[in-house]
This record gives sequence, C-alpha cells and structure tokens, in this order.
Amino acid sequence: MDFSFTEEQTLLRNTVQSLLADKYDFDTRRKVTKTADGWRPEMWAQFAELGLLAAPFSEELGGLGGGAIENMIVMEEFGRHLVVEPYVETVVIAGGFLREGGTAAQQEALIPGIVGGETVWAFAYAEPQGRYNLADLTTTAKKDGSGYTINGYKAVVLGAPWAQKLIVTARTSGGQRDRDGVSVFIVDKSAAGVSTRDYPTVDGRRASEITFENVKVGADALIGAEGKGLPLVEKITDEAIAALSAEAIGCMKELNTATVEYCKTRKQFGVPIGKFQVLQHRMVDMFMAHEQSVSMTYMVNLKLGESDVERTKAAAGAKVQIGKAGRFVGQQAVQLHGGMGMTDELNVGHYFKRLTMIDTQFGNVDHQLKRYSEAA
Amino acid sequence: MDMRFSPEELAFRDEVREFIASNYPQELKGGARRSRGEMSKEDILRWHRILYKKGWIVPHWPVEYGGTGWTITQRYIWNEENARAETSPLLPFGLSMVGPVIYTFGNEEQKKRFLPGILSGDDWWCQGYSEPGSGSDLASLRTKAVRAKNEKDGDHYIVNGGKTWTTLAQFADWMFCLVRTDPNAKAQEGISFLLIDMKTPGITVRPIITMDGAHEVNEVFLEDVKVPAENLIGEENKGWTYAKFLLGNERSGIAGVARSKKAIERLKNIANAELIDGAPLMKTDEFSRKVAELEIDLSALEVTELRTLAAESKGRGPGPEASILKIKGTEIQQRITELAVEAVGNYAMVQAPRMEATGNEFVPGPDYSTGTAQDYFNMRKTSIYGGSNEIQHNIIAKMVLGL
Repeated sequence: MDFSFTEEQTLLRNTVQSLLADKYDFDTRRKVTKTADGWRPEMWAQFAELGLLAAPFSEELGGLGGGAIENMIVMEEFGRHLVVEPYVETVVIAGGFLREGGTAAQQEALIPGIVGGETVWAFAYAEPQGRYNLADLTTTAKKDGSGYTINGYKAVVLGAPWAQKLIVTARTSGGQRDRDGVSVFIVDKSAAGVSTRDYPTVDGRRASEITFENVKVGADALIGAEGKGLPLVEKITDEAIAALSAEAIGCMKELNTATVEYCKTRKQFGVPIGKFQVLQHRMVDMFMAHEQSVSMTYMVNLKLGESDVERTKAAAGAKVQIGKAGRFVGQQAVQLHGGMGMTDELNVGHYFKRLTMIDTQFGNVDHQLKRYSEAA
Repeated sequence: MDMRFSPEELAFRDEVREFIASNYPQELKGGARRSRGEMSKEDILRWHRILYKKGWIVPHWPVEYGGTGWTITQRYIWNEENARAETSPLLPFGLSMVGPVIYTFGNEEQKKRFLPGILSGDDWWCQGYSEPGSGSDLASLRTKAVRAKNEKDGDHYIVNGGKTWTTLAQFADWMFCLVRTDPNAKAQEGISFLLIDMKTPGITVRPIITMDGAHEVNEVFLEDVKVPAENLIGEENKGWTYAKFLLGNERSGIAGVARSKKAIERLKNIANAELIDGAPLMKTDEFSRKVAELEIDLSALEVTELRTLAAESKGRGPGPEASILKIKGTEIQQRITELAVEAVGNYAMVQAPRMEATGNEFVPGPDYSTGTAQDYFNMRKTSIYGGSNEIQHNIIAKMVLGL
C-alpha cells in the first residue's frame, strides 16, 4: 500500500502550482471569463510549453510517460484555480480516445497537436433527449463510399467554441438506445455542414450547440471498430469523471481553507464566528466530505485500468461522492461566508458554481447511483 | 377544529381570482419567476400601481391608513391566489417594513408626509439596516448620526457610515436607516431610526453583483449626509424597538408556502417533460420520491403557518415560532431550485442572458431550463438574509426551549 507520489509527480505538481500562482489569480480569471473569448490561448501555449499537455501520454506516443495520476495532479491544481482551459476535453478525452482506440496513423497524426498545444478538442456526445445515457443517439453516420455522412444535433458541447476538432458519437446501426451500433468519429469543426451556436455556461466556460448536416468524413475518421464504440466511450468518460473528481477536490480544498480562515477572523456578537460549536461541527463535516472525496478520487484514478465492472463502480462511486460532497461543501461555504459568499466578487460562489456543474457533467448523483447499482 | 374555508371565504376567493385574471398585465405573466435583479423599475411597480388603484395595496394595514379590513384568512387567500397566478411579488420595503413603523411610531406629520407615497408607489424605499461586518449581528452597526443645530441648517443630524446588501437601492427615493446616536450606550440602546432622502448630497450607491450575475443589492456610502431632525421616527436612541417591530413583520410571510406550491407544480412539469430513455423523469423512483418528500414537508409547513396565523388572529404571536417558518420555508425553496437543476440535466449549464442583454443572444435548450441554475444560486441567499438560519435556530433554542 502506498499513496505517495513519485518525485516526477511531485515535480509536476510544483510546476502547475507555480504557474497558476503566477498567472491564474482569481481576479485575472474572473476578467478573462467575461471577455468575448472567455479563455486564454496563451495560457494553453504555456501549458504545452511546460509539458502539462504531454504528461499523461506514454513516451511512445510522444508524451512524458505518465497516465491517470498525472491527469489527477494537474486537474486538482486546476480545480484550485478554477482553470477554464479545456484540459479534460482535449488531453483526457480526445487524448484518451486516440490512445485507446486510435490507429497508429491517427495517433501519429493527431497526438503531437495535443501535446504541442496546437489543437484543441471538444467532445460532442450528448443530445437533448439523451440526458446522460451515452447510447441514446439520434445522430447518424451512414456509410458513404469509403467514408461516412453524419447528420444530427449535439447539446452543450463544452469547450467547443475554442476547439478545432471534435470527437463525435453517432449511430451507424441499431435503434436509438441500443448498445450496439455506436461509432466514434473525428470531425473537423471547420468541415462543410458543421454549424455551431456558442454561449456561456454558468461556471464561466463556453459551450456550443452543434448541428451536423450531411457532414462527410473519410474512413480514417472512425475511432475503433464501427458500431462497437460504446464500451470505448464509457471507458473514456470514466477517465473524464476521474479527472473531474480531481478538479472537484481542488475546488473543495480551496473552499474549506477559505471558510475556516473566514470563520477565524469574522466576528459577530463579539467573538469570531468560528467559536460557535454549530459552525465548528459544520466545518468538520466539510473537512470530512473533502477527505472522503480525495479517497474516492485516488481510488477511481487507480482503477481506470481494471475490468469494466470494477471501473464502472469506481467511476460511478466517485461521481456520487463528489456530487454530494461538492454540493454540501459549496452550499455550506456560501452559507458560512454570509452575504459575501453570494457575491460575484468573492471566489467562493465561483467554486460553488463549478462544483454544481461538475455534478451535472457526465451524469448527476441519481444517474450515477443507478449506474453503480446496475453495474454489480 | 376546521381547516376548510367557509362559503363566504370561497366567494371571496373567486372574487380575488377573477380580479387577478382580468387585471394582471399579460406581459408580466410568470413575473414571479424572474429575479428582481433582472426586472426594470417600472416592471416591478406595475402590479403595485394596479392594486393601489383597486384599494388592495395594503390588506395587512389598519383600515384607517388604507387597509382593506380583511380577516387573516382572507389575507391568506389573497396571498395564495397571487402565488397561484404567479404575479410578481410586491416590494416589502415600503408596504411591509417602513409603512407599519411609520403608522405605529411616527407622528401625524410623518404619517401625512410618507404614507401616501408608500401606498401609491411613488416613493421607492430601501432598507438601511445591514452594514459591512454586521451581518446577523445587526446591533453592532456603526453608522453614526450626530445631532446639530444651527441657524442656517436648523435642527438636523450629520450621518456618516455605510450600509450594505441594500436591496434595489439603485432605484430608491428614500431609505429607512438605523444609525448610532449614542456611541457610549450599550449596543442596542444608542440606536435611532432615521428616514433619509436618497437625493441628499453625500450618498453614493455602488452595485454588488451576486454570483448569479444579478444586480439586486448595493452598498450605500453616507458621507456627511445632512438629515433634518423631523425625519427621526419616535424617540432618539429608541430605534432598536422600532427595528425589532419591523423585523417581526419581515419574518411573517417568509415561509412562502403558496409560491413554493407553484414552484413544485412547475418542477413536476419539467420532470414530466424531461425523458430518461424515453420515459418521464417524474416516473423514476428516485426523482418522484424526492418530489414527494418535498411536498410532504411543504404541507407540514403550510399547516404550521396556518396554526401561526390562527394564533395571531387571536392576538398572539408571531413569536419565535416565526423562526420555524423562516428555516423550513427557505430550506424548501432552496430544495425546489436544487431539484430543478437536477431535472433539466445538461442544459442546467447554460448561462441565461441578463436583462440588459440585447435579446439576440442564443439560449439553447427547452424554455423551462433557462435560468434554473441561476435561480438555484440566487436562492442560497434565503438562508443567509433576514437573520441567518443559524440565528433562527438560536432564537428557537433560547426563546422556545429556554436553553
């Protein structure tokens, strides 16, 4: 049993920490999210330069030889600074699809763009009627010569306004919710027939609704085997869940630290409010919620390579834990900060909003509870 | 014991229902669903002015000052019907807060001068209670008023300090303000209740944007603000008595039962429209159980409120039991918005445009999903304001349980 980090991993954490301490203070972040673009491409270039975008890829794929734990380290620090840049979408998800399902040619052609920071990706999987069911697809891809023609509509594609490339799930056969018949494609956002409508999300990021109208892709756009994509999609979304869990523990950590500090200094009725036992116990519960979430985050990141059932239970379990804990910690942090916690000016509300959205991404507590109980 | 309405009360209900149906402005339909932070001053006041014309603007006031003479049950029905029709809520600052203070503790001149503007809605009031650093410990306020008299200015106060969380002060003509007039007295004893014209030189209003993006609250800075002594309510240094009286009024109605009923109805509509694998979310065990629990808690609260009202109509209370209404009422309101976020799924992530938006912004997803997350974020304030829910627990512990 060993939960310690290697020297390289500690170094990675230090690198991220010092970069973000230097360039990602809350006020700057707040200003950036209110600009038209909503993110900083130059920050992305910095991530690439420091090797963050290469961290989880093996050396054969041009990376630094890490994996899920490296993603976890980066994402926890990103959570602490509310980083909006699309690391999950590009490195974890697109990188994951290419690593797990990509051909040697696809990997060779596309991973360098991720590692080097030249290409940003988004994951177009959700549809309005599908909620969190990854197989519920009305988007279709029909065989067309050697390639495919894609038609359909994707909802709330996070990071898409910033992306050049999309991972798109579509049905190549079967009924609307069949497990068989799901395929995964690489689509250029600039391809003819792709149209996007962009908008801001409540946590200060950007998303798009995307319509595919007779979009032609070649045979080389397919990731994995035709019609057999769902297990791959499930695996990669679990990797994304593992990364989001890490982001969530970063958010919770900051909220707990800020709340304890605040309650030590904020005086009411002549004493620091932290002296009130009811608030002390509340903060102890927040502390425990965070520790339990850290445990589940480590667990899921360590179990991503296990059998499908094991991995599913780990991911669903972690998502339930961070969904509940994130809600509890977020709500209590706002409550204990009083009116200040309600303001846009203070970072507390922003962490709370991000935690709320992390619960929504890839299925909320109810969805994941159901998934957990069905997996066994 | 009887919980049913009498035939007269039912007839009254029909009259009210009909009046609202034919007089509430179509364009404001669903107004109760919009945060005040995203409505214009005129929109907020429209229903007020219609009710003023009808003579129904202050059913809770004594008849001699403009009240309707309705029984407590009739007032309850009135509130229910407004919630049912989702009319936009009236602002409490004049009607429920300073108005009753003025007719109870003010002198004849003050009544004559201020009550008409409150009733007509011509004067917009804001509340100068909270201060930076005071929070639920209201009596720790530090805004200072020094009385002075000279030939040029007459008898007046010079006010210095600042107020915060001042709801909709950006529109206000007047502020009712707690100020410290005796710095040497014990916390609650040196406070006075002053009415301040917001046009007086030395007053600056600065917006506070809340995490849902709305501009509903403000900071108000007071720098050498000259207030005529005739704007003092009651006696100098006795302001805490009036403030407590006002807070008692603030707490009644805070349960929001009727509006929560409507909100649950809306939540169910969303959950019936949202499909999981083709079947309504509302039909799933997890979600339907959560909604059922919410409804049961709300019915308990409703009867608790009716019991409080019944006691009040016999001349008792609202005592510390009002704290139950605040705690449970706000918890339920918050849970409804929380479930709405769960119900709409991925589209909860969409940031709805603000009022000042051009109207050309793209907002994806079904109409009912728009703004659900912002409502949820906004409602976190309810367990903080009006004496935080922690303070309400203290009140019950101390006043009811004698701990």
